[in-house]
Amino acid sequence: MTNFKNKSNQFPNFSSKWGREEENNIFAEKVKLFRQGKISGDDFRRFRLQHGTYGSRLHMDYSMIRIKIPGGEITPEQLEKIADLSEAFSIGSAHVSTRQNIQLHWVQLEDVSEVMKGLVDVGLTTREACGNTVRNVICSHFAGVCSYETFDATPYAKAIARFLIRNPICQNLPRKFKINFACCTQHGLVRIADIGLVPAIRDGIKGFTVYLGGGLGAASFIGRPLEEFTPEDKLLSTCMATIRLFDRHGNRENMARNRMRYLVQEMGWDKFQRMILKERSIVEMTTASYTAKLFDVKAEDKQLPNIVSTTTKLPVVDKQISLKSNAYQRWLHTNVVPQKQKEFFTVFITLGAGDITANQIRTLARSIRKFSAENAARNTPQQNFAIRFIRGVDLYDFYNTISSVGLANPGALTIASAVGCSGTTSCNLAITNSHRLAKEVQRKFLELGLDTDDSLRDSTIKISGCPNSCGQHEIATIGFFGGASRIGASMAPTYTMLFGGSTGEHGELGKTIMRVPAKRVIDTILRIIEIYRQERSDDETLHQWIIKIVKGEGIGSAKNMENMKAILLPITQLPLAEEDPESYVDYGNDTKFSAKTARGECAA
Amino acid sequence: MECASQTNKKEIKANNYNRNNHQLRIICSADTLRTLILKNSVRVVDVRKREDYLQSHIPTAVSLPLSQVLSKDTPEGIIDILQNLGIPDEMPIVTYDDTFGALAARVAWSFQYVGHINTALLEMTFSQWNNLGLETEKKDNIFPKEKHSLNINHEIHADTSYVTAAKASPSKILVDSRERLNFLTEHIPGAKNIPYTMLGSNGGILRKPKEIRRFIENRGISTDSEIITYCGSVGTLSGLAYYAFKLAGLKNVKLYSKSFREWKSLGKPKEEFKDANYWDLSAE
Repeated sequence: MTNFKNKSNQFPNFSSKWGREEENNIFAEKVKLFRQGKISGDDFRRFRLQHGTYGSRLHMDYSMIRIKIPGGEITPEQLEKIADLSEAFSIGSAHVSTRQNIQLHWVQLEDVSEVMKGLVDVGLTTREACGNTVRNVICSHFAGVCSYETFDATPYAKAIARFLIRNPICQNLPRKFKINFACCTQHGLVRIADIGLVPAIRDGIKGFTVYLGGGLGAASFIGRPLEEFTPEDKLLSTCMATIRLFDRHGNRENMARNRMRYLVQEMGWDKFQRMILKERSIVEMTTASYTAKLFDVKAEDKQLPNIVSTTTKLPVVDKQISLKSNAYQRWLHTNVVPQKQKEFFTVFITLGAGDITANQIRTLARSIRKFSAENAARNTPQQNFAIRFIRGVDLYDFYNTISSVGLANPGALTIASAVGCSGTTSCNLAITNSHRLAKEVQRKFLELGLDTDDSLRDSTIKISGCPNSCGQHEIATIGFFGGASRIGASMAPTYTMLFGGSTGEHGELGKTIMRVPAKRVIDTILRIIEIYRQERSDDETLHQWIIKIVKGEGIGSAKNMENMKAILLPITQLPLAEEDPESYVDYGNDTKFSAKTARGECAA
Repeated sequence: MECASQTNKKEIKANNYNRNNHQLRIICSADTLRTLILKNSVRVVDVRKREDYLQSHIPTAVSLPLSQVLSKDTPEGIIDILQNLGIPDEMPIVTYDDTFGALAARVAWSFQYVGHINTALLEMTFSQWNNLGLETEKKDNIFPKEKHSLNINHEIHADTSYVTAAKASPSKILVDSRERLNFLTEHIPGAKNIPYTMLGSNGGILRKPKEIRRFIENRGISTDSEIITYCGSVGTLSGLAYYAFKLAGLKNVKLYSKSFREWKSLGKPKEEFKDANYWDLSAE
């Protein structure tokens, strides 16, 4: 184990206080007023969402608390506090979301202020995690360690988050607003956000490629580049101009069309782009220097660990692994990547659809303290944790420590790491139990050793429990969103399957192929992999093969989506309920499926 | 650290304890207990498994595994236990366990129910005591039998018929101490959920009184209400809750010691919530 001098003094940087004590007291007071009937349900809901608290599925006495982790960076102390709070007030586990939040479920409304109180103690907040606000500002978990990046975007993400939180211009937007930072052109979710930013350097000047108007949902759009290059001194004014324009012109009437992407669509890109650039000039001319100083990138910048020696022992990673490889080799191969700092590695913690118990969190926090030279973790949109700055010589010890609490499953960076939103485990809008399905996919794939097949490695499976994309199904190689189908006299839980979504600066949205019954999803994916293995050409990966089929350029029996659909049809056809009752029961249930939903709370 | 070098040796002590009885209240601090032990004026009751007791325990403690209490769980049976442990009417008793205080609470409650009011819970578990480096020993302590009178304290107990009737009275509040997901699955109609997990603190078996009071008040429960606590089977989690609410200053608290197990076995009505797959959020 290597010693890093003054590690505890260096990190964490507790200038990073996001929470405010007075807000929990106000929340506790509002709950009382609401229970006494002194404020209306609508007013209370708006207030509650502004403070990161959703109602739970068909039971409004309980809440889901969404803890924002700006830029995804979280300290061991913060993790330990979340473990304590989840044990005391929630269900003893916490949940990593797809936008770098950590969620606590089934908290009694009356205890939400207690959870907030605990979060403030360690600098965290739930403020503006839900509602018509700027949601958590996310940043690629590779930022700062990525070999392809031009510079570390993390301080910019945190500075923008700090400037916008509690900012009056963000308190009553037409709808939620999402900002995503990437590290490079490959990693990151920049084209599915209202504002997506990729760091770039032109003529020695730092800046960004800015994408506007993307987003996933019932209707999804890919963001478009605002201009060739936006220098860093225009970052704040560009973001402010976009939010102001959305605030003024966004649709406040029709809830189904009030995200900014619809404004872009209605206005037309050219007009929208002109208006943004004009608005930006106005912002630049009218922003007081005091206000501009509140955007302070330097204050958010932390010193990343320096390379202290060059005599590091690199881990020996087997080139080829299989189900028969030893567990550590398999884990090294599928969960560990080298950083641009040659000494160090980033290690991924495989979770099942983002779930982690309080005890696991505590062990993880201890391991971070002991082994990560930056003494922090990042949560990822793949619902895992990335622990960075681990030295090659420490990897085996790190593995053993987390393995003692079941956190050393392989497959984090492979097709086995399926994403699943919370689905019917807690969400009002969910039709199906996407959460459990994602876990079942992961379990089955690890059992079959699909994580060991490198040709499947760049493929992703992402599952949402309804069309509203929290599981980000449109950017998966194979994506699914939940629904219900009537077959004969019975309803069956089904998923709409999409092919060929991708992330990064050239990200594309997946295309719908067909419906698949919930209980046939795993078989269907396995069949697709089987066909791929028979028909691929040379080194083609599953992801590349699927993209070709989407484009109608396949060379085997599956040339295009129609062929594919025909091949899969036999698996996806259900017999009547009397012959196959299991298929009419969703995962996690023992009674026949029925689609039950209540009002969504996404929009306040 | 150990005070004595003897191991697992039975020792019958003369019961010449100091009868200047210290009056205990709900929680006994480690400091107070150490003083009482030195003055030989307390009976310390170890509620862990017998084999754990024999490994190491707090000096002078006697062994009383919870299973023994549950197998003789009538007022006469409890009196019998007190007498066999050499505990006369006024002697201070301090109980402890290694199960976050829940077992110690259930035993302390049984003693108070049969009239031994001068009973308290040690503020911490045995592990915490041990981690602080406080004194332990291995002797198997046995004291001469004493006489103990029976004086049932009806105020602190609720049986099934009492709970059934209480539901009609708005000033009587039923509190379920089980974890959230068990509560959501099924509970006695009208019960409010304060999971036992909310009651402990990092260093001890119970939080500060003002925090527990705030949890109650946040739920809109008046601190003047009568509270009846229950849990899943034998009243351990709810026993801890009983003492938490007493500590918070509530005057009228009762333990439904037969709890949800008896309620269900009698086919009494339940409230269930089946519209969400919340168990699938568990990472176990």
